[in-house]
Amino acid sequence: MKILVAVKRVIDYNVQIRVKEDGTGIVTENVKMSTNPPDDNAIEEAVKIKEAGKATEVVAISVGEEKAQETVRKALAVGADRGILVKAEGTVEPLAVSKILQKIVEKEKPDLVFMGKQAIDDDCNQTGQMLAALLNWPQATFASKIDVKEKSLEVTREVDEGLETIEVNVPAIVTCDLRLNEPRYASLPNIMKAKKKPIEQINASDLGIDTKPRIDQIKVEEPPKRKAGIKVASVEELVQKLKNEAKVI
Amino acid sequence: MNREVMEYDVVIVGGGPSGLSTAIKLKQLDTNLNICLLEKASEIGAHILSGNVFETRALDELIPNWKELNSPIKTKVSKEKFLFLGKTKSLSWPTWLLPSVQQNHNNYIISLANLCRWLAEQAEALGVEIFPGFPASEVLYNDDGSVKGVATQDMGIDKEGNKKDGFEPGIELVGKVTVFAEGCRGHLGKQLIQKYELDKGKDPQQYGIGFKEIWEIDDKNHEKGLVMHTAGWPLDNNTYGGSFMYHAENKQVFLGYVIGLDYKNPHLSPFDEFQRFKTHPSIKKIIEGGKRISYGARALIEGGFQSLPKMYMPGALLVGCDAGTLNMPKIKGSHTAMKSGMIAAETIFDHFKSNKELSSFEEKFKASWLYKELYEARNVKPSFSWGLILGIIFTGIDQILFRGKLPFTLKHKHADHETLKLADEMPKINYPKPDNIITFDKTSSVYLTGTNHTDNQPVHLKLKDPNLPISYTLEKFDEPAQRYCPAGVYEVQKENNINKFVINSQNCIHCKTCDIKEPSQNIIWVTPEGGGGPKYGNM
Ligand SMILES: Cc1cc2nc3c(=O)[nH]c(=O)nc-3n(C[C@H](O)[C@H](O)[C@H](O)COP(=O)(O)OP(=O)(O)OC[C@H]3O[C@@H](n4cnc5c(N)ncnc54)[C@H](O)[C@@H]3O)c2cc1C
Ligand code: SF4
Repeated sequence: MKILVAVKRVIDYNVQIRVKEDGTGIVTENVKMSTNPPDDNAIEEAVKIKEAGKATEVVAISVGEEKAQETVRKALAVGADRGILVKAEGTVEPLAVSKILQKIVEKEKPDLVFMGKQAIDDDCNQTGQMLAALLNWPQATFASKIDVKEKSLEVTREVDEGLETIEVNVPAIVTCDLRLNEPRYASLPNIMKAKKKPIEQINASDLGIDTKPRIDQIKVEEPPKRKAGIKVASVEELVQKLKNEAKVI
Repeated sequence: MNREVMEYDVVIVGGGPSGLSTAIKLKQLDTNLNICLLEKASEIGAHILSGNVFETRALDELIPNWKELNSPIKTKVSKEKFLFLGKTKSLSWPTWLLPSVQQNHNNYIISLANLCRWLAEQAEALGVEIFPGFPASEVLYNDDGSVKGVATQDMGIDKEGNKKDGFEPGIELVGKVTVFAEGCRGHLGKQLIQKYELDKGKDPQQYGIGFKEIWEIDDKNHEKGLVMHTAGWPLDNNTYGGSFMYHAENKQVFLGYVIGLDYKNPHLSPFDEFQRFKTHPSIKKIIEGGKRISYGARALIEGGFQSLPKMYMPGALLVGCDAGTLNMPKIKGSHTAMKSGMIAAETIFDHFKSNKELSSFEEKFKASWLYKELYEARNVKPSFSWGLILGIIFTGIDQILFRGKLPFTLKHKHADHETLKLADEMPKINYPKPDNIITFDKTSSVYLTGTNHTDNQPVHLKLKDPNLPISYTLEKFDEPAQRYCPAGVYEVQKENNINKFVINSQNCIHCKTCDIKEPSQNIIWVTPEGGGGPKYGNM
């Protein structure tokens, strides 16, 4: 079995995001970038399945600018066998990413495609679902546990009501939750080895995919500042304030 | 414990200007050398914080065509100011009356973090293997007592010291020569100085704490290329310190404050002095209407010539601020750190090629401009122990009239942890509350640093005696860690009327001040798990 894992390069989750003064976007210069956190879980799970002898190859893929190579490299350092970088400039929306992934799936013929449940930059949570539709494959989203069966997967999903367990036939798309596993650290010798693993570079345009954004972004703004909290002296005062000032009860 | 071993010709610890220059120079001398460089930050530059007005002398020698290589050195200093601040007034000091070492017209305003990122690219292009996210946590020794290399920190250990799921053991990096370039108060450098008595016969080392904020300011207040320094308010005559304000690209100003860690009043809070300083009318008018976008702090090493330890030892060299090559009257340590690294590289090259001892570093150092520069600067910092006014008068005579050639050397008398007076004997200081426009509290400041340490790992601020903070330091000095730490890591909390010393180690921005200033040297900074600490951008 072969697993394709999609990883995205995003602003590191510890970095405080700053909106550009003219409201055209956010500041990305001099900012630490990292792998989208749930994508790390996706890679980890794929590598674990391979280590358990249930998969033969793990291929990491990223779509984005040249520098996204670092993100692929990181996946190689924690156990992916080889990498693919599909180069595209600027924002690539979920639909374009899924179309690119569709092309790569047709070429690579993996049995499973893993990715994070959503990216922490645009919070779209769409790519996995769209890819499933394009390929007409079953999907298991928000996976917090995966059991590989003969020709199917048993997947536990994080849903609003609690946990839901479903079975999907292979080939399938799985989007991963942070609870799925604890991603491993890249060890120094493995980082060195990763430098020698191959990364195939493809231009999005060569796949015949137009990555021009379809959404017009009008303005980016910082959320309004929260007012400082106050201390109330008694329950009565709290009730009174909730009634008269906040008007919520 | 069996750890994996990797062998190199040269292992370099620290990806600041000194470590990177060592690596680049070595590769230029011999491309076949196998060199690796470890950096504790998640990427090169993320733990670098500096002013920075940059003197290009060392870089001109290292990479003569740096102007053609898209280096981030762009903004030439165009104008200079020096102000003496009174509480509300300011007095401008004519710059022609400044000692020439404090004149900057050939220098550039840069982000040292970005320069390091660029130097790292140059080093990688030459084939240096750079590993960010891997702190060197331990020195390895050969049986004959010489340095063998370093071990990296284990990853995935929990608070109690047990292995977690993702545990990844550290590895041993063995070098024919190891170069320590950890910057000010290096955690391993400190151990080496002790073990090999590298500071024997030298004056006690001197330090300062430096703060920096980046502000995006109103167009009309921004003068690209302007360098401004101040002395005086809010510090009293007996506390050594001053501010810098550098107008960089993109309407940004780099605003900072440096305070000597030999201050005496345990009630003094360096952070709050910096915040208060910004409310001075001549500063406020520049940043008003602007926005603070970055914050950080880092200790500086200020002892200079008198305190400079021997920089070689069996199997290893100590370079840059890890040893203490900063030029105090210039407040510049980047070009000197780079030069010391380049001399180290030449020493190592000779060592490999013609079996010369590493001690030949000393001759090369003494023959260099670096030595001359540090020698001439030597009397400035100690003269300020007589107070600001006398210090300035002496510095004028020493630097302008005699250009550092006076036939005597003033001594540093005390180590910084010895200078605090008892809390009862010193005046309390009432700092104004932050207004969240010009002045801020520590919490919102640390937030801007992007600092994080994976939780559930051992606390990396070790107490030799866990009871001392409450049983002694609180009583005698009102536990100054609450105030000198720029990140609010240390707190004294009352629980059921019993005082408790709390260490919020996840907030630590790796400035090393606690390791320096704690009056009993009871706090020891050790390396946390790799990648932890601040994520500075263009600091
Ligand atoms: C507020 C302030 C303003 C300054 N202004 C100026 C100025 O205007 N001009 C100027 O020339 N200089 C200035 N300096 C001084 C200058 O920043 C230093 O002299 C210079 O950075 C020293 O370089 P270095 O390579 O020795 O150490 P550093 O720059 O401190 O670099 C050391 C590197 O090693 C890493 N490291 C440390 N320990 C380990 C370990 N155990 N394992 C792995 N990695 C490790 C650190 O994370 C860091 O990246 C200023 C300093 C400060 C604090
Ligand atoms: S804990 Fe020590 S090293 Fe960390 S920020 Fe505070 S003073 Fe600096």
